[in-house]
Amino acid sequence: MGEFRGGSMMRLKGLVKKEFLQIARDPSSIAIAFLMPLFLLVLFGFGVSLDADHLPVALVAEQPTADSDDFLASIEGSHYFVPQHFLTMAAAEEAMREGRVNAIVHLRANFAKRLYRPDGAAIQIIVNGVDANTARLTQGYLQGVWVNWLERRAKSAGREMVTPVQLEQRVWYNGDVKSRNFLVPGLVAIIMTLIGTLLTALVMAREWERGTLEALLVTPVTMTEVLLGKIIAYFALGTGGMLLSVGLAVWLFGVPLVGSFWLLWVCASLFLLAALGMGLAISTLARNQFVAGQIAIVGTFLPAFLLSGFIFDIDSMPSVVQFITHLIVARYFVSIVQTLFMAGNVWSVVLPNVFALIVMAIFFMGITWRKSRKRLE
Amino acid sequence: MITRMIALIYKEFLALFKDPKSRLVLIAPPMIQLLVFGYAATFDLRHVQYALYNEDKGIASRELVAAFDGAPAFHRMATLQSEEQIAPLVDRRDVLMVIHIGPRFSADLLAGKSTPLQIIVDGRNSNTAMIVLNYVSTIVEQFNMQWIADHGLEAAPAKLETRAWFNPNLESRWFFIPGIIGMLTLVTTMLVTALTVAREREQGTFDQLLVTPLRPGEILLGKALPGFIIGMVQASVILLIATKWFDVPLLGSLPALYSGLSLFLVSGVGAGMLISSLAVTQQQGLLGAFLFMVPAVILSGFATPIANMPPTVQIVTLIDPLRYFLVVLRKVFLEGAGFDVLMGQLWPMALIGAATLTLASWLFRHRMY
Repeated sequence: MGEFRGGSMMRLKGLVKKEFLQIARDPSSIAIAFLMPLFLLVLFGFGVSLDADHLPVALVAEQPTADSDDFLASIEGSHYFVPQHFLTMAAAEEAMREGRVNAIVHLRANFAKRLYRPDGAAIQIIVNGVDANTARLTQGYLQGVWVNWLERRAKSAGREMVTPVQLEQRVWYNGDVKSRNFLVPGLVAIIMTLIGTLLTALVMAREWERGTLEALLVTPVTMTEVLLGKIIAYFALGTGGMLLSVGLAVWLFGVPLVGSFWLLWVCASLFLLAALGMGLAISTLARNQFVAGQIAIVGTFLPAFLLSGFIFDIDSMPSVVQFITHLIVARYFVSIVQTLFMAGNVWSVVLPNVFALIVMAIFFMGITWRKSRKRLE
Repeated sequence: MITRMIALIYKEFLALFKDPKSRLVLIAPPMIQLLVFGYAATFDLRHVQYALYNEDKGIASRELVAAFDGAPAFHRMATLQSEEQIAPLVDRRDVLMVIHIGPRFSADLLAGKSTPLQIIVDGRNSNTAMIVLNYVSTIVEQFNMQWIADHGLEAAPAKLETRAWFNPNLESRWFFIPGIIGMLTLVTTMLVTALTVAREREQGTFDQLLVTPLRPGEILLGKALPGFIIGMVQASVILLIATKWFDVPLLGSLPALYSGLSLFLVSGVGAGMLISSLAVTQQQGLLGAFLFMVPAVILSGFATPIANMPPTVQIVTLIDPLRYFLVVLRKVFLEGAGFDVLMGQLWPMALIGAATLTLASWLFRHRMY
């Protein structure tokens, strides 16, 4: 028995070595593990943001007065806006149609006069609703400008403006409300999904296609050893990619890692196993590189991007779609990284997700193992 | 020459549809994905779970709480008795928001003074947090106006009158579904084109193809056309689903939309052929497909606006064909745009298509292994 085990270890070592030789020969695997995360994270880390700033707005005062100038000046003073003055509404509307401005602030000719009447003046705001999210943000910022302006006016008139209920908002875990702080950890999860799956999606199919798997199996090597050899080799490569991604997130983008690095490492390793397992399962089920590649293109990126909770809130999806998100491996890891990076080691979030990752890893590896054995008979 | 081409295109279609698994991958996912993603991709929150910690027993706080309970987007999960209960609930993600009403809330209001309302939100997804705060401020704003009217306080001298063009209810689904059409079309072109040459190279049939009387340009065309045709058919079907199932208004000109689609397909297929002709193995082709597809989607302005990106990254987006196609889709769907507005989006796609296809056909001849 001991002798057998020793032999198995030796065979496994040989298989791992063979995988590494193959990796070295076609550098695209190394590129997947290291070049892809570097390229994608640098591009997205700098590029992707939901924090709208410098919004182009059109300002139209039909009859400029000291009051209208005063209000428009407070918009000009806000760093959220890049204002452009227009003389007529028609010109401003034209600019909005052409996409040169996102919103129009319109003060009618009677603005100054009505300001001193009991029913008050109206400030008309028109936003371009196509990008509903930016439109909402614009409305919110303009509302903020308006409230400050009212307060300033009341104060200079020697009165206290009474806003009955004043909001006092606290945003936990992300005090400056920087979207990069949650987008970058989420991107790490998406990129690791791609690394894990792409590394293995073609390897089993390649061996089937070329007939080298049959050749391997006439040697004393067992199917389990072949699979283990692949998992060990690509796990090592994927871990390199993982460390690179986390390192970039923390050092280059300055995303605070509140939780423990080692816990993140453990979770990421489990996630990597699940992603590698998914790749192997695709590879084994397709049995041909072309189809495996197609499944990988369709089945990995967009589902991970849209259904993982990376940007879109899962609780707001209909229940059928929420159910489908449970089949997406990245979903569990996105939840873990967002919590570990920003909130800390919250075990009640981490543990259920870790459990789900283990189940997914076992599920995919199990499929691969069963299907590869069956195929031989 | 025509017959040669037809034979080649026929062969490419056979190669794609002969394998039942490949057939399934090409046909089923785009439709299923549009349905699933169409429901998933929205920034409108429908189920904000919150906890209430109300230290005030007065009538004013009851009115405010009623306003939150009556709002369809908010669901009260818990009613807290002490401040210590807040942190664990938020940590565990059981609630997204906590409303904390202080003990002097009603007393302050009745005395005609301002009073604070503390809102705690989970900022792990800061965008969701911002949206929640936006909803909250709308409710509080209404409450304030009502309170001012009911208690004879002096109203603000100026009010905001807000309207939204093109999407009056600010439904973010109307923004995302046209975007999904663009993304799925891109995925399809990658699916059909990125691996085809690499597969033939690996199997050695590409060399055979090169020694036939077919010119490299013809081979390229034979491989590019199936991608174009499949993309066209598929995009038409998902356009139909978008308008009939999701009721996204399609206001603009269909010819303009189809011109945009054709040029986008040309540029997408061109990029796919370029990847395909560079790749020696299918593994490399797959890597190339992702290195193109992922940045193309993320930098297209699909979810995060291009205007929010730093200037250098904005320059990079200029070579992304999806960027232009998304503008075409959104403008035609929601703004009712026609050719006059869209010319600025059409020619860059044509240019990208011409450049990638030319380069690919040059590589067909010169990259031999």
